[in-house]
Amino acid sequence: MTLLEIRDLHVGVDSREIIRGLDLMVNAGEVHAIMGPNGSGKSTLSHVIAGKPGYEVTGGQILFRGEDLLEMEPNERAAKGVFLAFQYPVEIPGVTTMNFLRTALNAQRKARGRGEFSTPEFLKKVREVAESLNIPRDMLKRGVNVGFSGGEKKRNEILQMALFEPSLCILDEIDSGLDIDALRIVASGINGLRSPERAMIVITHYQRLLHYIVPDYVHVMSKGRVVKSGGKELALELEACGYGQFETAA
Amino acid sequence: MVAVQETVERVRRIDVDQYRYGFETLIESDKAPKGLSEDTVRFISAKKNEPAWMLEWRLEAYRRWLTMTEPTWARVDYPKIDYQDIYYYAAPKPKKTLSSTDEIDPEILKTYEKLGIPLREVAILEGVEPPPGGPQTPNRKIAVDAVFDSVSVATTFQKELKAAGVIFMPISEAIREHPELVQKYLGTVVPTSDNYFATLNSAVFSDGSFVYVPPGVRCPMELSTYFRINERNTGQFERTLIIADKGSYVSYLEGCTAPQRDENQLHAAVVELVTLDDAEIKYSTVQNWYPGNSEGKGGIYNFVTKRGDCRGKNSKISWTQVETGSAITWKYPSCILRGDNSSGEFYSIAISNGFQQVDSGTKMIHLAKNTSSRIISKGIAAGKSQNTYRGLVSAHRKATGARNYTACDSLLIGDKCGAHTVPYVEAKNSSATFEHEATTSKISEDVLFYCLQRGLSEQQAIGLVVNGFAKDVLQKLPMEFAVEAQKLISISLEGSVG
Ligand SMILES: Nc1ncnc2c1ncn2[C@@H]1O[C@H](COP(=O)(O)OP(=O)(O)OP(=O)(O)O)[C@@H](O)[C@H]1O
Ligand SMILES: [Mg+2]
Repeated sequence: MTLLEIRDLHVGVDSREIIRGLDLMVNAGEVHAIMGPNGSGKSTLSHVIAGKPGYEVTGGQILFRGEDLLEMEPNERAAKGVFLAFQYPVEIPGVTTMNFLRTALNAQRKARGRGEFSTPEFLKKVREVAESLNIPRDMLKRGVNVGFSGGEKKRNEILQMALFEPSLCILDEIDSGLDIDALRIVASGINGLRSPERAMIVITHYQRLLHYIVPDYVHVMSKGRVVKSGGKELALELEACGYGQFETAA
Repeated sequence: MVAVQETVERVRRIDVDQYRYGFETLIESDKAPKGLSEDTVRFISAKKNEPAWMLEWRLEAYRRWLTMTEPTWARVDYPKIDYQDIYYYAAPKPKKTLSSTDEIDPEILKTYEKLGIPLREVAILEGVEPPPGGPQTPNRKIAVDAVFDSVSVATTFQKELKAAGVIFMPISEAIREHPELVQKYLGTVVPTSDNYFATLNSAVFSDGSFVYVPPGVRCPMELSTYFRINERNTGQFERTLIIADKGSYVSYLEGCTAPQRDENQLHAAVVELVTLDDAEIKYSTVQNWYPGNSEGKGGIYNFVTKRGDCRGKNSKISWTQVETGSAITWKYPSCILRGDNSSGEFYSIAISNGFQQVDSGTKMIHLAKNTSSRIISKGIAAGKSQNTYRGLVSAHRKATGARNYTACDSLLIGDKCGAHTVPYVEAKNSSATFEHEATTSKISEDVLFYCLQRGLSEQQAIGLVVNGFAKDVLQKLPMEFAVEAQKLISISLEGSVG
């Protein structure tokens, strides 16, 4: 089943075109890796899919399960199952991670027509997932991402992904700032969430991550377009040769 | 507060126009004739069966008030108040003398039920949801003294308090039953000549609460008063007096609401606190008077004088306030640190939305040795509102070793509102250490988007971020108030963006 369908997408910021005619099809159960040089528009693409304000979509469309995603508010998209693990997660002082998770989870459950979790149910679930990601309990009592190390912030993103049970997960450089052990833990957390109903878009610069999370497809983005698509071996090729050959193609 | 939570939960989406407490109770009231004169003062005093000294006290205040002019220094702007166009006294017509809450007019009870206030003793705070992961709090008791317009209609928990020796009653009753205490303390913190609104209050105050905690007694429960303005064109002038005798402790909660009206209503209360040696008073307020509609019409004018006198050594007074309502707020709960080693605290969250104008802050007056004070103020401005923190910290010549820490943080939501900080500092001796920090910030787009991406609505996101911003102060509130205050904060910011 086609989950995400992007057709000839054009996106600008301050009248500068950043995404310049991008196509992408993602089916349920698939994992797509997107690679590409700095500034090629990877994060921009993930923001536009999630509905961040400040971007102007000047052409094309994004369909999610056949519905026009661009018409929806960001929180509606979240409730429909779109999840974005941010390259730079923000800090929210004074709001404990626990409280944030519970408020968000219940908001999504409500929007999906499911009952809210009771406090004990919720606590049980969070603790389970936190444990599997090696997240200490007292981190959950701290303000959202406040004073978290780079690796802790990334693990917190995966914790949320596991809790919210999205159907499309976009992971923007989830591997940046992770040490070897954390990378393994995060990757196995992500792999544990792979399922026939769920698709993932993994944005990364490194083959290293794709060694753990093996993609079905690899796309190379350059200057706001997908310039080449292939199987997992494309990532190895990139690692060996760099982006040079594609820069000219774009 | 189960009832409170339910009430709040039932409210889904309201904006400034849909003030949650905007209902009106239809009961016949017993009003003084409109306008203010010596006769009005005599009428009120007579209604209360007051002794002659009380009437004299009022009349003296009234005569002084005639010589005073309304202050204009605050950063608030409102049309001139016609003091002759106000009813100064309105009491629900008593059917008979009340001896227990069962005899209260059911209409009044219904009003309180809508407000979610546990007037009946059965409604004691059960099942307040603890914060996730937090400790289970034992059920706590609150004694409620409800002020309905101008008269206290019920006082609960009298027996248990009596056993502890705590006096908690309407001030009108205290004037008759404990004249020696009232005479000894009334007007000693806020003198009848203090300021225009306090003087007016002294002349026409109708009721309020009186608390006396005897030496060495820790009050066995939180004391609480809910104010509510019901009658049209009725000024509400409560007078509250709390005395903590040597080595005693009391925590007092005050909550206010008013029905929704087009015309503005005047509210000019006076609260006086006195702590003797080693005593402590913690005074918490959640104020959500009607703020006016989305065009800035209607709403309460709230001109309040609240002052605490740390009269004894090692005594402590702590003010915590959450101000979300009123069209105009003019309010500076203050501490006079008169006893050596005494300390004062002021924790404040002031939220303004729509066309609200808030000018609030505190005064910490250090008169004695080694006194300390702490001010944490969180101002949140949204819509087209103006939010000013105005504070004074002063150290007298003899107040050696005085210390103050002040932190004023402002948060702006949108770009049509304003936040202002006006700190005054006066140190008359060189050993005083005063620290002041101030910040102003905006809710960042990135934080909002992060929250929305996780499924929160914009309102939920703002509520959460603002509650986080105000957390230092929220934590100072008694648990059951904190829960209500958090929800109030979210509700009062609805319609603040988009
Ligand atoms: N809000 C913005 N205002 C102006 N320019 C922007 C904005 N957002 C993105 N850009 C520009 O768009 C281009 C693409 O940025 P984007 O962050 O999407 O790249 P990226 O592929 O994610 O890069 P990296 O690998 O470094 O994370 C960059 O040139 C960037 O400067
Ligand atoms: Mg990026």
